[in-house]
Amino acid sequence: MTLLGKLDWSAVPFDQPIIMGTVGVMIVVIGSILSWVTLKGYVPYLWREWITSVDHKRIGVMYIVLALVMLLRGFADGIMMRTQQAVAVGGAQGYLPPEHFDQIFSAHGTIMIFFVAMPFVIGLMNFVVPLQLGVRDVAFPTLNSISFWLTASGVLLTNMSLAIGEFAKTGWFAYPPLSELQFSPGVGVDYYLWSLQISGIGTLLSGVNFVTTILKMRAPGMSYLRMPVFCWTALASNLLIVAAFPVLTALFAMLLLDRYLGFHFFTVDAGGNVMMYVNLFWIWGHPEVYILVLPAFGVYSEVAATFSGKSLFGYRSMVLATMAICVLSYTVWLHHFFTMGASASVNAFFGITSMIIGVPTGVKVFNWLFTMYGGRIRFTVPVLWTIGFMVTFVFGGLTGVLLALPAVDWQVHNSVFLVAHFHHVIIPGVLFGAIAGYNYWFPKAFGFKLDERWGKAAFWCWFVGFHLAFMPLYVTGLMGMPRRLQHSDVLAWQPWLLVAEVGAIVIFAGIICQIVQIVVSIRHRAQLRDTTGDPWNGRTLEWSTASPPPAWNFAVLPRVDGLDAFWTHKQRVLAKQELPVQQHAYRPIEVPKNSPVGFVTAFFTVVTGFALIWHIWWMAGFGVLGAAVTLLAFMFRTKDEVEIPADEVALFDRAHPVEVSL
Amino acid sequence: MNVAVEMDAVRHGELLDISEAGPAPKRIIAGFGFWIFLLSDIVMFSALFAAYAVLAKASAGGLTGGQLFDQRNVAMETALLLLSSYSCGMMSLAINSQRYLATFLGAVVTFLLGAAFLALELNEFQGMIALGATPQRSAFLSAFFALVGSHGLHVTVGLAWLVLMMVQLSLRGFQDAVVRRLHCFSLFWHALDIIWVLIFTVVYLMGVLP
Repeated sequence: MTLLGKLDWSAVPFDQPIIMGTVGVMIVVIGSILSWVTLKGYVPYLWREWITSVDHKRIGVMYIVLALVMLLRGFADGIMMRTQQAVAVGGAQGYLPPEHFDQIFSAHGTIMIFFVAMPFVIGLMNFVVPLQLGVRDVAFPTLNSISFWLTASGVLLTNMSLAIGEFAKTGWFAYPPLSELQFSPGVGVDYYLWSLQISGIGTLLSGVNFVTTILKMRAPGMSYLRMPVFCWTALASNLLIVAAFPVLTALFAMLLLDRYLGFHFFTVDAGGNVMMYVNLFWIWGHPEVYILVLPAFGVYSEVAATFSGKSLFGYRSMVLATMAICVLSYTVWLHHFFTMGASASVNAFFGITSMIIGVPTGVKVFNWLFTMYGGRIRFTVPVLWTIGFMVTFVFGGLTGVLLALPAVDWQVHNSVFLVAHFHHVIIPGVLFGAIAGYNYWFPKAFGFKLDERWGKAAFWCWFVGFHLAFMPLYVTGLMGMPRRLQHSDVLAWQPWLLVAEVGAIVIFAGIICQIVQIVVSIRHRAQLRDTTGDPWNGRTLEWSTASPPPAWNFAVLPRVDGLDAFWTHKQRVLAKQELPVQQHAYRPIEVPKNSPVGFVTAFFTVVTGFALIWHIWWMAGFGVLGAAVTLLAFMFRTKDEVEIPADEVALFDRAHPVEVSL
Repeated sequence: MNVAVEMDAVRHGELLDISEAGPAPKRIIAGFGFWIFLLSDIVMFSALFAAYAVLAKASAGGLTGGQLFDQRNVAMETALLLLSSYSCGMMSLAINSQRYLATFLGAVVTFLLGAAFLALELNEFQGMIALGATPQRSAFLSAFFALVGSHGLHVTVGLAWLVLMMVQLSLRGFQDAVVRRLHCFSLFWHALDIIWVLIFTVVYLMGVLP
């Protein structure tokens, strides 16, 4: 046994110019950001206000920043694959060798699901849910910080695999026997497993936190059927996290035992059962689809109601549809592998349930349409994303109904038709919603709006680019093109693949527009400033406090007596033609104290994960010990809250008179 | 006073409607959150149970459950764990009425019973490994060691937690935070019992069926 386990200089791929170039750029960018921050003296500020913050709003923003950065990485992987497939036809071999191409498609899927979509929706929930519920924080603020930093450790480990060693070449679901030690002896699968194990624990703890928050912490008067729809979708999503992520944890633990200690859960010999992995994976994996998509549906509901100036059509049916999807999502997992060889009646059962789950989704689409019908619609950026979603998602859903027929599935299984389908539901279903929410709540988080023109340009690039990039894949899929091809001999596919490549470039233009949008908005923040706290004429409680809200959110907890609490209050004030006289007996407010425990624990989990990946046992022990000592120190802390004096609360409240207290 | 007794003392109509009351007190939030966590833990065990059920017959020509499991040993383990739950319940009563001595006594008895359970389990594992029935031998044994071992690991964590709680209790007395954690510990300890009852049934009883 050597001191550094399996790690030596051969782990760094010096002979791969593309990887080394990327690594070089990453080191330069990260290095220059770090030195800029240090030279400007921002480190103490960052440490005090962000890294150790347990404020749900700050944590939400950090989740979203993480997601946006990883979106760039995931997209880079995507456009590299598209380019390779467009050029590597016939005699041409393209520019990516097979081992590298395999790592790219695995990393693309893993990153997009776990490190873009998940942090984006969890970030939105973090920022919005306590504000909409009219409370001051989540149930367990420090745990929330730990969750975020564990997710960040997973991200860091995945990105380290680029420079040190390799990533999995198994696809983003790492099916055995390919992912077993026998066929994947390298560290790629270990990077995959440990990063997802660590970030998965973070996600699970978030789920526990939000279920508790929504069920036990609501403003006085906010009964279940007065909660905004976004909170309902967040509840459903987090219930699914609590019920689905432990399965993933157990599953990855089994694969790790196989790989590290020679167990036989999924091996081809000694009685292992490969299909058990596939079943357990999708028992997590299908609910995961709804974990991501339900909060996005919540965003669309808020956006549709706010910008139509009407209350949401069919609130109760929307709630019912959300909870129906929450339950039904556990009855469809087998449609991910109709070709397993189950009997016709098993396949028929799962085919029918897969079609049934489309029904509540259809209910939602009609509700949004009827909300907009007869409304005075303002075509802002979030509305464009919402309409774009409705148009696109309905067609993506229809191809899903096609795939729900086992007989059809057998024909197009594992083809790019499937790739086209799931991008067709997950990009409009999740990403469009996340970006709509980002544009919608940005002024609440930072006190100024995002630039509309660049936002609209970004939308049109994404919308057009998406269709150009994925419609051709339906065609080549029906022509018989399998997914994940590094090279093909069929010249007839190439024109379609070139169109798809153009689509990817148009999406890239959309991403550039988004970067420009944020830069322009920051430069013009004086003109875009929102002084009212309610820039969109909103309906729910988050708009009743200042933008950005103070650490305590509400000086006095709002009283709720109906749906659209803030809207009805504004109507009442308008009817009386006068603002209510604000006379509060301000009381001191206890807010949770900042804590470095999340950051420090995450540091030690990165050390542990890295050590386990490279079999450096002493370092793994050190990491585990460090994390344990950190948590122990946290358990013995004496003070976990700080008091904001009543004067300070009163001062802030008077300086922001827009805050209409309910 | 005991929470349940407190609730009984409230006359009908005196309690606020739950939605009118605003955020719940910290004690309720902590307990509820821990319940949700325990449910997720039980879901994790359910995946391990599913794996065991699938692989229970996959002994790959090696020893089977019927040949390996010792009913007497398992009966003793079960008795020890169930008794430890009883003493843990007694400890909860002592905490509710803030009696130090009874609390420590309950904790010591719970710890000893839990540790004895763990010793028997490790002894059983050692015996199996001595017979060549290692987790590397067959898929059945992989699933067995993972499932029963996970439960054992949880018991170990529980024992460490109990020791820590006794240190906190002696340093800080019956502070709110300490009482909340003790309450969570007892929920954890009882949940391990539920898991064990399922292991007893699915692994040990069904394992020796002809």
